[in-house]
Amino acid sequence: MTILPGNFARADPRRGTEENDLTTSTRALAVDRVRKSFATGTVALTDVSLTLDAGEFVSVVGPSGCGKSTLLRLACGLETPTAGKVTTSAASTSYVFQDATLLEWRTALRNVELVDELRGAPKAERRAKALGVLELVGLAGFEHHHPRQLSAGMRMRVSLGRALVAEPELALFDEPFGALDEITRLQMQTELQTLFRLKRFAGLFITHSVSEAVYLSTRVVVMSGRPGRIVADVDIPWDYPRAPELRYEAEFAAIAGKVSAALGQHA
Amino acid sequence: MSTPTAVDSARRPWLRTALAGAAPIVGALAGLAAIWYGVTYLVLSPQQRFLLPPPHEAFGAALGNPQLMGPMLDALGRTMAVAVIGLLIAVVLGVGYAVVMSQSAWAERLLYPYAVILQTIPILALVPLIGIWLGYSFPARVVVCVIISLFPMIANTLFGLQSASAAAHDLFTLNKATRWQRLVKLQFPAAVPSIFTGLRTASGLSVIGAIVGDFFFQQGAPGIGGLLRLYTQRLQMDALFTAITLTALFGVVVFAVFAALDRAVVGRWYGR
Repeated sequence: MTILPGNFARADPRRGTEENDLTTSTRALAVDRVRKSFATGTVALTDVSLTLDAGEFVSVVGPSGCGKSTLLRLACGLETPTAGKVTTSAASTSYVFQDATLLEWRTALRNVELVDELRGAPKAERRAKALGVLELVGLAGFEHHHPRQLSAGMRMRVSLGRALVAEPELALFDEPFGALDEITRLQMQTELQTLFRLKRFAGLFITHSVSEAVYLSTRVVVMSGRPGRIVADVDIPWDYPRAPELRYEAEFAAIAGKVSAALGQHA
Repeated sequence: MSTPTAVDSARRPWLRTALAGAAPIVGALAGLAAIWYGVTYLVLSPQQRFLLPPPHEAFGAALGNPQLMGPMLDALGRTMAVAVIGLLIAVVLGVGYAVVMSQSAWAERLLYPYAVILQTIPILALVPLIGIWLGYSFPARVVVCVIISLFPMIANTLFGLQSASAAAHDLFTLNKATRWQRLVKLQFPAAVPSIFTGLRTASGLSVIGAIVGDFFFQQGAPGIGGLLRLYTQRLQMDALFTAITLTALFGVVVFAVFAALDRAVVGRWYGR
């Protein structure tokens, strides 16, 4: 790669893209007027449009049963839309499940290795990668523990590690912290934010918790009750890293209030 | 690989476990002996006592007689061979059958009825037919043993293969796992505990199957079941009691071995 004089430097598409016309290439996910109904007759989503660019972390909040999880499953191709279109440019997509979904017979290390193993990566390479990722999610020293020997929070970290090891351009989170206790949950939010800052994947995060959504995201999307559609799209102004104390500031409360109000109107 | 919590409880746990495990069995045997003596001396009149000689006489006479014990142990060895071979075949067939069924819904719908039929036909009704088809010696005995112990292997393995969560399957789908990878890295490992449960049940049944086989198919060198029949016909009560006790002990040992194997393997499997 040649180094161009400052004035003519082409922007690295991974970094600042605002001044460039690269929006199409940084679009990680586009959901275009999607409708999803199931064979049972249930209409899960109607006319949902959503775009997600590289570097964005979008949370989706909505009442239970509004089709949030269906949206996520559509985004990664586990479901196909009844009408409309889902496109993604992400070379690699990771999915973090509601519970940790670890293979109980594998150690933490081998759970993280699984993804590369399925892709046929050489053992030494995938092991080195998995060790690095486990350290990143704060599990150094627990590589050889089985899931049942780990706490719920640690299990979720293994799950995050497994998602990261795929080096995702698009990361999907299906209420990953919903089952954790409050203290662990807040801690995991901080850590996920750190990981996001470090890895800069495009994140789509499903949650019931308004404060979790506001604290983590660059944008919060509010969905109505079934059949789900998008009723509000709120930008979150703060840069990362965000201090945990941010949750107690007036501006945070104001934005959370706005999201809650949108949620309340369309429940 | 020891964890801080595992170390304290791991200090010679096998000894305590073995003692704790043996105590109820020893107690049960003592109770049984007491009832036996009670019936022999308190219920039966001296003229009837040959029906249930006291344990020391029943076992003493046979155990002290090498001409009786030699053939009996040989026969037990042959029965064990039938049981072990039968169990091995049942395991391979059962696991294979369940794997095929687990690969698609229609395969399961197509194949499961045969397994159920196998389970519901009283095996004793099939025995004469097996004799006519296969003769009355070793192969027929093994077949009886296989038929009796096959169903628990099929049913438990299938249950285990289907036990992985929908989310775990999604994970494999998202990572574009092949059918083979899904089987080897998800379904089969998830089935290990169930397979061992099936193995425990099937091992007990294979002993019964081998004895039933001996009992009906008497061509060639006899198994312990064949001797049971012989002693009954000759009213050799002490030999009969010793043979019955040997078969019972054999069953207990097989069950204990597989129960221990189950605990050890499944425990290790999950890092317990």
